[in-house]
Amino acid sequence: MREIKANQIKNKVKELFLKANFYINPDLTQRLKKALEKETSPIGKYVLKMIIENNQIASSEKIAICQDTGLAVVFTEIGQEVHLVGGDFIEAINQGVKEAYQEGYLRKSIVDDPVFERKNTNTNTPAIIYTDIVAGDKIKFLVMPKGFGSENMSTLAMLKPADGKKGIVDFVVETVKKAGPNPCPPTIIGVGIGGSADKAMVIAKKATARKIGSYNKNEKYAAIEREILTKINNLGIGPAGLGGNITSLAVHIDYLPTHIAGMPVAVNVCCHAARHAEGIL
Amino acid sequence: MRNIIKITTPLNNGKIINLKAGDFVNITGYIYTGRDAAHKRLFDLIKKGLELPIEIKGQIIYYVGPAPAKPGYPCGSAGPTTSYRMDPYAPYLLDRGLKGMIGKGLRSKKVIESMKKNKAIYFGAVGGAAALIARSIKKSEVVAYEDLGTEAIHRYYVEDFPVIVIIDCQGNNLYETEPPKYKR
Repeated sequence: MREIKANQIKNKVKELFLKANFYINPDLTQRLKKALEKETSPIGKYVLKMIIENNQIASSEKIAICQDTGLAVVFTEIGQEVHLVGGDFIEAINQGVKEAYQEGYLRKSIVDDPVFERKNTNTNTPAIIYTDIVAGDKIKFLVMPKGFGSENMSTLAMLKPADGKKGIVDFVVETVKKAGPNPCPPTIIGVGIGGSADKAMVIAKKATARKIGSYNKNEKYAAIEREILTKINNLGIGPAGLGGNITSLAVHIDYLPTHIAGMPVAVNVCCHAARHAEGIL
Repeated sequence: MRNIIKITTPLNNGKIINLKAGDFVNITGYIYTGRDAAHKRLFDLIKKGLELPIEIKGQIIYYVGPAPAKPGYPCGSAGPTTSYRMDPYAPYLLDRGLKGMIGKGLRSKKVIESMKKNKAIYFGAVGGAAALIARSIKKSEVVAYEDLGTEAIHRYYVEDFPVIVIIDCQGNNLYETEPPKYKR
């Protein structure tokens, strides 16, 4: 067994949320610059230039890339040889989120009750926390501050097995078309196929954080990623939805075994400020 | 690149008629912020026929919930939020003399009809360009609903605040006219 202190978890989560909110990862910056070269719309170019400049300002001044510093989503992989000491796991994560959002001048966007009072918790907690127990003696973190302009455009379809590849492509492209300018294009589209209704959405969300420029390891799924991206970019929505040939920067599919009777397809839309950071304890 | 048109607030019909969908505009002067919770409160007052806590005649409301200001900054990162959530309330504010809205994303038919009737403009700011946009906000003060925190109504003094006219007072809509040019 290896001991990890709750305090270490708190500090790691805090560090990662600050990093994610101030710095866009290099793979995304590269893709935005490539998009600027490829974009033919003058308004689209103007928007992309603004986005690139914005991200430079945020990182050099250590201020939030976007005012919507998001719902705090935390994916963890906990080694089964880890023994947590000095506190509670969930509490440590939430404390890390709270300190990052308070000390980093990040917006607190969480309300306690979704329907009635909608009172701000003023800490940006509770976080959405996923835990997987894995082999080993480490804890791996993937944190994602998720903005809701794009989250609100996410969809789920319980397709029939007979709908096949075409059903998936059509559903994802239709989701992006309907969303239009709302999710802050150019977007990154996470697609989860299979599993259950709930699990499909979880893997779709995690897929948005995959390295941009990478494809699914299964060539058949990678081909769907390419086909969907081409079709999305043929829609003409463009940067900020003001017309252009770059509507999405990447389509990332993940899939799971599923039931004989179904083919769940979840689409998790992420804005161009696709913020995430990873760390290991 | 197109020319940038400079305008100052408050707005009037004379200024608004000259702005066309697709114009790049820099705004200087005072603007107000308001998003979901503040709109709901303003709407409740209008429904009861009561006075609003701010005079909105001739003014612009920016749909934003800013990040907190770092010490030494007048305002935190402050990009637009998605506008459609304010659609149920916007026509009532336009009827009370609101002349401009800044946000991002689609508007309902009802809002566009009300904009045509009341001669108002929908400006788009670039979503996610929040740190860049904040540079044009020189002063910020809360003028109503302080208890709402980030959703309180702030009054900003802005200089050359960068926007694009998305929907003009004739109802011309950039979201409808531009994307088809790039559709394949």
